[in-house]
Amino acid sequence: MESTIYRFIIRYSLRQQIILTIMAGLSFPFLYALYEVPKIIINKGISAKGIEYPTDIFGIELTQIQYLLALCGLFLVLVVINQAFKYVINVYRGLTGERMLRRLRFQLYFRLLRFPLPTFRKMSQGEIIPMITQEVETLGGFIGDAFSLPAFQGGTLLVILGFLLVQDPVMAAAAVALYPLQAFLIPRLQRQVNLLGKERVRLVRRLSDRIGETVQGVQEVHAHDTSALMLSDFSHRMSSIFFVRFDIYQKKFVIKFLNNFIQQLGPFFFYSIGGYLVITGSLEIGTLVAAIAAHKDMAAPWKELLTYYQQKEDARIKYEQVIEQFSPSGIAEDGFDVPHVTEVPPLSEQIVVSNLGMVDEQDNPFIEGVSLQLKLPSFVALVGPSGSGREELALALARLRQPDSGSIRIGDIDLANADSAMTGRRISYVGPSGFIFNTTLGDNLFYSLRHLPLGEPERDETMEQAHKRYVQEAIRSGNSPDDITSDWTDYAAAGATDYSSLVARGLQALAIVSLDQDVYQFGLRSTIDPVAHPDWAEAILKARESFARHVASNESYAGMIEPFDVERYNSNATLAENLMFGTPTDETFDINRLAENPYVLEVLEEAGLTRTLLENGYEVATLMVELFADLPPDHEFFQQYSFIAADDLEDFQSLVTRVKRDRLDDLKPEERTRLLSLPFKLIQARHRLGVISDETMASIVTARKIFAEKLPDDLKGKVAFFDVDSYNAASNIQDNILFGRIAYGQAQASDKIGALVGEVVAELDLYDTITSVGLGFEVGIAGTRLNVGQRQKLALARAIIKRPDLLIISEATAALDSATQQKIMASVLEEFKGRSVVWSLHRPKDAKAFDHVVVLQGGRIVEQGPFQDLDRDGSAYRQLIAAS
Amino acid sequence: MSLNEEVELLRNIPLFANIEPSKLKLLAFTSERLTFRAGETVCRQGDVGDAAYVIMDGTADVIVDTPSGPLTVAHMGKNDVVGEIAVLIDVPRTATITAQSELTTLRISKDLFFRLVNEFPQMAVEMMRVLAERVVKTTADLQKARQQGQG
Repeated sequence: MESTIYRFIIRYSLRQQIILTIMAGLSFPFLYALYEVPKIIINKGISAKGIEYPTDIFGIELTQIQYLLALCGLFLVLVVINQAFKYVINVYRGLTGERMLRRLRFQLYFRLLRFPLPTFRKMSQGEIIPMITQEVETLGGFIGDAFSLPAFQGGTLLVILGFLLVQDPVMAAAAVALYPLQAFLIPRLQRQVNLLGKERVRLVRRLSDRIGETVQGVQEVHAHDTSALMLSDFSHRMSSIFFVRFDIYQKKFVIKFLNNFIQQLGPFFFYSIGGYLVITGSLEIGTLVAAIAAHKDMAAPWKELLTYYQQKEDARIKYEQVIEQFSPSGIAEDGFDVPHVTEVPPLSEQIVVSNLGMVDEQDNPFIEGVSLQLKLPSFVALVGPSGSGREELALALARLRQPDSGSIRIGDIDLANADSAMTGRRISYVGPSGFIFNTTLGDNLFYSLRHLPLGEPERDETMEQAHKRYVQEAIRSGNSPDDITSDWTDYAAAGATDYSSLVARGLQALAIVSLDQDVYQFGLRSTIDPVAHPDWAEAILKARESFARHVASNESYAGMIEPFDVERYNSNATLAENLMFGTPTDETFDINRLAENPYVLEVLEEAGLTRTLLENGYEVATLMVELFADLPPDHEFFQQYSFIAADDLEDFQSLVTRVKRDRLDDLKPEERTRLLSLPFKLIQARHRLGVISDETMASIVTARKIFAEKLPDDLKGKVAFFDVDSYNAASNIQDNILFGRIAYGQAQASDKIGALVGEVVAELDLYDTITSVGLGFEVGIAGTRLNVGQRQKLALARAIIKRPDLLIISEATAALDSATQQKIMASVLEEFKGRSVVWSLHRPKDAKAFDHVVVLQGGRIVEQGPFQDLDRDGSAYRQLIAAS
Repeated sequence: MSLNEEVELLRNIPLFANIEPSKLKLLAFTSERLTFRAGETVCRQGDVGDAAYVIMDGTADVIVDTPSGPLTVAHMGKNDVVGEIAVLIDVPRTATITAQSELTTLRISKDLFFRLVNEFPQMAVEMMRVLAERVVKTTADLQKARQQGQG
């Protein structure tokens, strides 16, 4: 990248900078006129010096008043023109700055993607993020100003100076007499501020790195009670930053002080020397006043120039500091675009590793003189104790680590120089902790197929316009013009032709890694949009019918599920669900806020339930107070069981002691709301509090009809009602199939019902559909909503689905139990028949299933060959097994 | 059956007899009531014990796997507590418990059980008493068996 910010500016925005400078130049005559016109107004218009009225302007005869008004009009026009120039220049400057900022960020991010991988061991997220985000932020503003500001303000200064020169050369010289002093002093002081500025940037980077580390390691902090240590460390860092910043302030204000002082020295000289000259009669008083006024006018642009100088220094340092970090050794210096390679030939038939050596940061070798010849396709096992170099060898084969000596050749291509399209599409690598992105499970699975945008998406008129604008701007700032909304998925690479066949392939890959059951479960717990997928909704409704038939016909399911029936209270559902007889679609009817909902209150009133529910609420509160009053507030029971949060318990306690049950009318409105909100969460069969009587249940069944009938238009759609004949979009698939609630208190009900759902799903051939819905499961930040095993399986499935010629696996199933590991290994090898697998094995015993076994020890190959050759007494392989 | 009835029932069980009613209510509220049908397994020998069960209604068989096949060693009924051994010490379930008739139980999770024992020393003493009685009975059985063997 360009080593200084000026080179960067000139290389990418020379044209814009010239335009800006020209615009600034063009504005000067008008600026000069703006100074000239008032003089004419005063001299000719008002004082009528050197002019006779009526006067003749461009053949029009004007009186003095008319002439004055004409001049004032001209003055107004000039003001508008000057401001218009300023506006246009500012907008264009902003545009240029923003484009350049966008380009700079893009280039930094681009380089980030190209960093040699070991760089990331020395550079942390916490340092990189602020560099690309906030550190360069101010550069955008500066880049717009880089040439135009000195041109404009410098020009302004010159214009005023020129104006002064024309009036009185001596005074002009006097007005600028002290400028050289400033120009000499300020840079010297500024240099010290610059050094401190550098230090500050460095400290803040380390601080953000530390904060990032704290977030990641917060478990350790809690586990070992090291908060005090962390706080002290943080405090020390803040202290360093504080003193650096304080120093900067002091120095900055010294500069400011000097600046202002020198600025004020001007008038001091004018008053003293000029005054002396006026008194002695060698200077006219009018000239002195004009000089003082001009000096004042020059103050603003001069100040701007000095500020610019400070900003320039600041920007220069920031740029250099960022660029330095983004230029690690070994980074390629060519262009900022990714070639769109569509065709990648299959891997050749042979991999030759010759004399491979790799060293760590202290130059200790962990791979030495490794030579291998692998005929493809074949299954190769790398075995050895940990630290034997097998993991590094696997990384090197995937080109995720550069060898320090020796080479790896695939056919006649040296892997070190191979196109990333080849390594990234024909080879898959899965390590022990494959990263899971914060998106859906499906996006994570198909991530490995998304190399290029394939085909343009369909766009309507407005989208087309927006797209054109996007591309135009992207090109102007050297960004990627690829449309993110295109279909990026390479179906052919996965052996699919369209999305639905891709999903089928995805499900196969999930089955290979034994993740399909989990995804099926995610699917069961997901909602679908029945409008977008009417066929799915219909199929699930069939499943609902079939499920109900099975339950009805088989005695063993009796009492395990309580179906929704509009005529009956469902004692395994909450009171709120019973009242609405449906699922809320948004927060309007959220269970925590039902007691505040005016419509709900209206319905309760009409059904005559208000008083009853209030009493129920009172009883619940009394019970909760009785049960939980003695527990410490942080007791886990509060979270698990209580209807009342620990913090609120005291309020309720005072409420139930203050107000008696038969005096509930005396309650304040907010207390009524609080009490009334309690019974909505009651599940009769689960909580067994016995506060809801049979009559109340009957009234609620009546109330639910009122609720549905009188629902105002603006609330329609806020509740998805339970209707046996229609799909409930607000409920998940499982709830839609069950159309009821699993009964509490029935041993194994949930297992048996789950099994029955499985049967129904199999019977209607819905398993794949539901699993594909599960692909929409949001996995959370770094996949934290999945367990470690699921994450490993997903990373493996992602490597499998792109159908690489060579799959390299390094401890990618370590988090799983050994039975699952075995199962996955068998199915992966089965899937890769006719293709190649290199597997760095955790347990050497597993090598049996491989064609070629490589035994490593201390970074060297001690033995290699077919499994049966190695599996003999006294072999290094046998020793390894004995040791493990 | 409501919470209050459960509390009444728990009070008749020696193990809980000395615990104040409000705590018993909390115990009942935080425990799950679980109904087993005749023939269903409450817990299986060898499994990890995660809960103890208080039988509130019905009867259950305690069955131990022996080399010569399953052997029913005891019957449990209303007010009996089963499965507490595997909760107290980390051993797998020592016996299989099967519902003989429809069986209503209160399932007390391991966590809750420990907390109770910790908070109520009376309960620990009562546990000791029950366990000691069992030891006495087992010893007597053993002696009887020996004598029969010798005789």
